[in-house]
Amino acid sequence: MSEILLSVRGATKSFGGVVANQDISLNVAAGEIVGLIGPNGSGKTTLFSSIVGYHPVDAGSIVFGDKEITHLRVPQIARLGLHRTFQQTRIFVGMSCVQNMQISAPLSQSKGPASLFAPFPVEATEKLEYLLAFVGLYEKRSLSGGELSFGQQKLLEFAMALMSESRLLLLDEPTAGINPTLIDYIVNRLRTANDEFGVTLLVIEHNMHVIMNLAQRIYCLAHGHKLAEGSPKDIQDNPKVIDAYLGAT
Amino acid sequence: MKQLGYGILIGISLVAPFVFPEFRTQLSFLWVMVIFALTWDILGGQMGYNSFGNVLFVGVGMYACAVVQRDMGLDYFSSLFIGVLVAGGLAVALALVVGNALLDLRGHYFAIGTLGLGVAAGEIAGGWDFIGAGSGMVPPLYPGPLDSRDLFFYFQLFAVAVVLFSTLRWLYGGRFGLALNAIRDDEDKAEALGIYTTRYKTAAWCLAALFLGVTGGLLGNVIGFIDPKDVAFAGSTFGVWMIIMVITGGKGTLWGPVLGAVVFHVTQELFWTFLFGWQRVALGLLIIAIAVLFPQGILGWVREHWPKDADTMGQAKSDSQR
Repeated sequence: MSEILLSVRGATKSFGGVVANQDISLNVAAGEIVGLIGPNGSGKTTLFSSIVGYHPVDAGSIVFGDKEITHLRVPQIARLGLHRTFQQTRIFVGMSCVQNMQISAPLSQSKGPASLFAPFPVEATEKLEYLLAFVGLYEKRSLSGGELSFGQQKLLEFAMALMSESRLLLLDEPTAGINPTLIDYIVNRLRTANDEFGVTLLVIEHNMHVIMNLAQRIYCLAHGHKLAEGSPKDIQDNPKVIDAYLGAT
Repeated sequence: MKQLGYGILIGISLVAPFVFPEFRTQLSFLWVMVIFALTWDILGGQMGYNSFGNVLFVGVGMYACAVVQRDMGLDYFSSLFIGVLVAGGLAVALALVVGNALLDLRGHYFAIGTLGLGVAAGEIAGGWDFIGAGSGMVPPLYPGPLDSRDLFFYFQLFAVAVVLFSTLRWLYGGRFGLALNAIRDDEDKAEALGIYTTRYKTAAWCLAALFLGVTGGLLGNVIGFIDPKDVAFAGSTFGVWMIIMVITGGKGTLWGPVLGAVVFHVTQELFWTFLFGWQRVALGLLIIAIAVLFPQGILGWVREHWPKDADTMGQAKSDSQR
């Protein structure tokens, strides 16, 4: 296996008396596609939010590349190349697709106040047009984000993550609420992005057909605990996973 | 075509005070209104942070400039020049301090938080002897005939408005403008993309404060008397007008605030002239009419009906924006 890109060690997070994540550890290697499944309320999204710095973990550590990111804040972590997409799909509805992509472009290395006013790099235009075409939205590039359908918004959000040069992308239910034809297209794009741009993916997904085909390894959570990990085949055959989904014990 | 349009507008502005000498003060006030509207729109329109406290920076600029003019002991023009610089600087410093506390609030909470700013400042100024307390301050007299005084301040304010407009036109065309729009649409998403939203918010607020402070410094001299509540921290007039003008013209656009300021100022003056006694009532009705008939503002309404024309009309952004 190649080098570990993301390493979560003993992540614990509780809200009041509710323990959302209890001592969860997982690894994602560079170039992998890893799935994260579990029944509703099992703590998948909480774990995502902890990783990207939206709320810090109570205990445990999170390492991205060779950098400890446990206590960094959201924009700092994002600048390292770790991004997430949202379950409810969040794009900038008042801005055109092109503008959505422009603002996603990473800032030049220059720091300090001047970088606030930095112009867009020229090569960014080429890249954003290429990426919009990559997700099939080139024809719609001057429409505002709010004018797109839900599925198209998901694709735009994905293209924005690619634009911001993600090394690791956490996708929260990329196919929820999407029609079957578009699901196939999205899965195809995810896999191609993984191949072509080398983006590592960690995917929360409820659609078993999708995740079993997409992911190389899968982690399963239940009630905030890590229940199982392994290849899609192992997970499918694991009686504990079946019990968690069907409600036995 | 665009260059020609700008040329004509600048030409008219340069000639106007000579063609209509009796309206010089009114024309100066027109530029003040344009500056008020443009600066309010930076946060209120482009960034989606509705501020009721921008009048704070006007008042602070007014007092700062007047104090420098009074105490520096220099000749009129030198002290005015330094006074205006100090006014802008102090307003920015204050924006940094206040912004630090207020810009973490979002949505309605920010609006309510800023509401207290102007009121509090007015009360403080009204009780502070160093700046004349309740009896206010009178900036030094202009050394020259009244005519040249009016012309002098007209061109000062015109210059500030032009610099402000050009700055915003440049900023809205680049990353800064997009970042403000992103914050307006979804601040959490903007952060998730690695945008340091706090820096952008603070920069936008300071930019507004800078121009409001400078304008305040000049405005105190134009009016010639600084009353703490009715002139400097005039929340119920200037503070409200800023918002009405932007909404009239069209929020979040470059030309909307300018258009709104012109329409508002002209109608307001007409009401004063022809409906005296009822001018406030007429103004109130006008505001209601705008809110009901043009909720998107004049430019928003134009864009809805003739999308193409509106986009060519001074829209600095490279691609169509709604």
